[in-house]
Amino acid sequence: MIPPRFEYHAPVSLDEAVGLLERYGGDAKVLAGGQSLIPILKLRLAEPRALIDINRIPNLAYIREDNEFLRIGALTRANELLDSSMIQEKYPILTEAADDIADPVVRNMGTVGGNVSHGDPANDLPACMLALGAWFAARGPRGSRTIPAGEFYQSTFVTALEPSEILTEIRIPKARVRQGNAYSKLEKRVGDFPIVGVAANLFLSPKGTIETAGIGLTAVAPTARVAKEAAESLHGREPTEDVIRRAASLAMGAAQPTSDLRGPADYKRAMVGVLARRALTLAVKRARGGG
Amino acid sequence: MAIAESGMPEEAEVGPFYHINVKVNGKAYETEVETRLLLVHFLREQLGLTGTHIGCDTSNCGACTVLLDGKAVKSCAVLAVQANGREVRTVEGLAADGNLHPIQEGFMQEHGLQCGFCTPGMMITALQILERHPQPTEDQIRHGLEGNLCRCTGYQHIIEAVRYAAEKIKRASAKPGRPGKTRKSGRR
Repeated sequence: MIPPRFEYHAPVSLDEAVGLLERYGGDAKVLAGGQSLIPILKLRLAEPRALIDINRIPNLAYIREDNEFLRIGALTRANELLDSSMIQEKYPILTEAADDIADPVVRNMGTVGGNVSHGDPANDLPACMLALGAWFAARGPRGSRTIPAGEFYQSTFVTALEPSEILTEIRIPKARVRQGNAYSKLEKRVGDFPIVGVAANLFLSPKGTIETAGIGLTAVAPTARVAKEAAESLHGREPTEDVIRRAASLAMGAAQPTSDLRGPADYKRAMVGVLARRALTLAVKRARGGG
Repeated sequence: MAIAESGMPEEAEVGPFYHINVKVNGKAYETEVETRLLLVHFLREQLGLTGTHIGCDTSNCGACTVLLDGKAVKSCAVLAVQANGREVRTVEGLAADGNLHPIQEGFMQEHGLQCGFCTPGMMITALQILERHPQPTEDQIRHGLEGNLCRCTGYQHIIEAVRYAAEKIKRASAKPGRPGKTRKSGRR
């Protein structure tokens, strides 16, 4: 399969890239890892006039922590996220999600920024970003701004990014004591789209009750989805099996899956319950210092 | 494609083009390529390096795996223009001075192939696995090969081939002159 014709630019600065995007007025696509974009072009699902390859722009690939945030540069490859020992130790939800992205060869190219900004409800990182309460930094013609993950996903393949904006950094509130998180995913085989995925993140009080929690769902709605009621049902409660079971069943209510080759809607909804229970149980265990 | 009055297809439009410099298996190439040219087509059709295969053409099977600046990538999901200024290594670049690479030897000795179609991609991914884990566990080999499909072998012999290569490389690097690697008599 041959992609359609397009003009190609490889800018070496963000300003140059934004300028190019502006020049094409929405008829250009940003090329990062290309592991979704190039297959889409080959299938002719999109025929943009130009590709703006951001891989030559320096300083967009990094993983670092400061006093407030874990900062991940948009061009960080999925395998770099997976291999980071700091992430493994402090943000296990991201290691689990990265390990679930496509396969090891695709992960060498595929980027964290691409995964979160493509807007595909089947991508694994968006649900994690919702659960973690992440922020996305974007650069556009009028400068930089940050967008909360909760306001980012508007509909399938549609995000809050303007046509001339580029996602530059993902900011995740820095890990704290008594915080735990996990990502649980069901897939038919490696590299396939998920049947269902559930991301859970929570904080325990010194007494051991749940202070706050976030739950994100993959592949069961037009976008990655927050299971708000489910998360709020945990607030102030002791994380007993019953409390987790109830939250998991509320998470099922937030899912609006459709029946397809990966299973009937009822099955997927039931699996949201199973995976939510697993992810929450593991998150609690981690918040208590285990697992 | 537009059909001319003669009923024959008109000559296809081409372009736009982009100038690239790329090193493949150590040899530098400078050329103009169509921007939409896939890396795998550049390697096979312009450079004649047909060892890199096209299997599924949907970035699932991994038959087209090559190293791009040392990283295994599926060349059916990479544009040739993305390789500008970078180095590519294909299966043709594995053997050196007429000697098979330990990975190639492993696939031969351990029957790591039957029809052979997936083998070039398998070997390139194996190279990447051994770079990340010089002494890989079975688990690391199996998971490392997740992006490469084989419809003949059932994988077991491929895993043994990778293990063979790891052993061979280890033995080669432990050769003479390295103290502490050879067991001395009388001291355990």
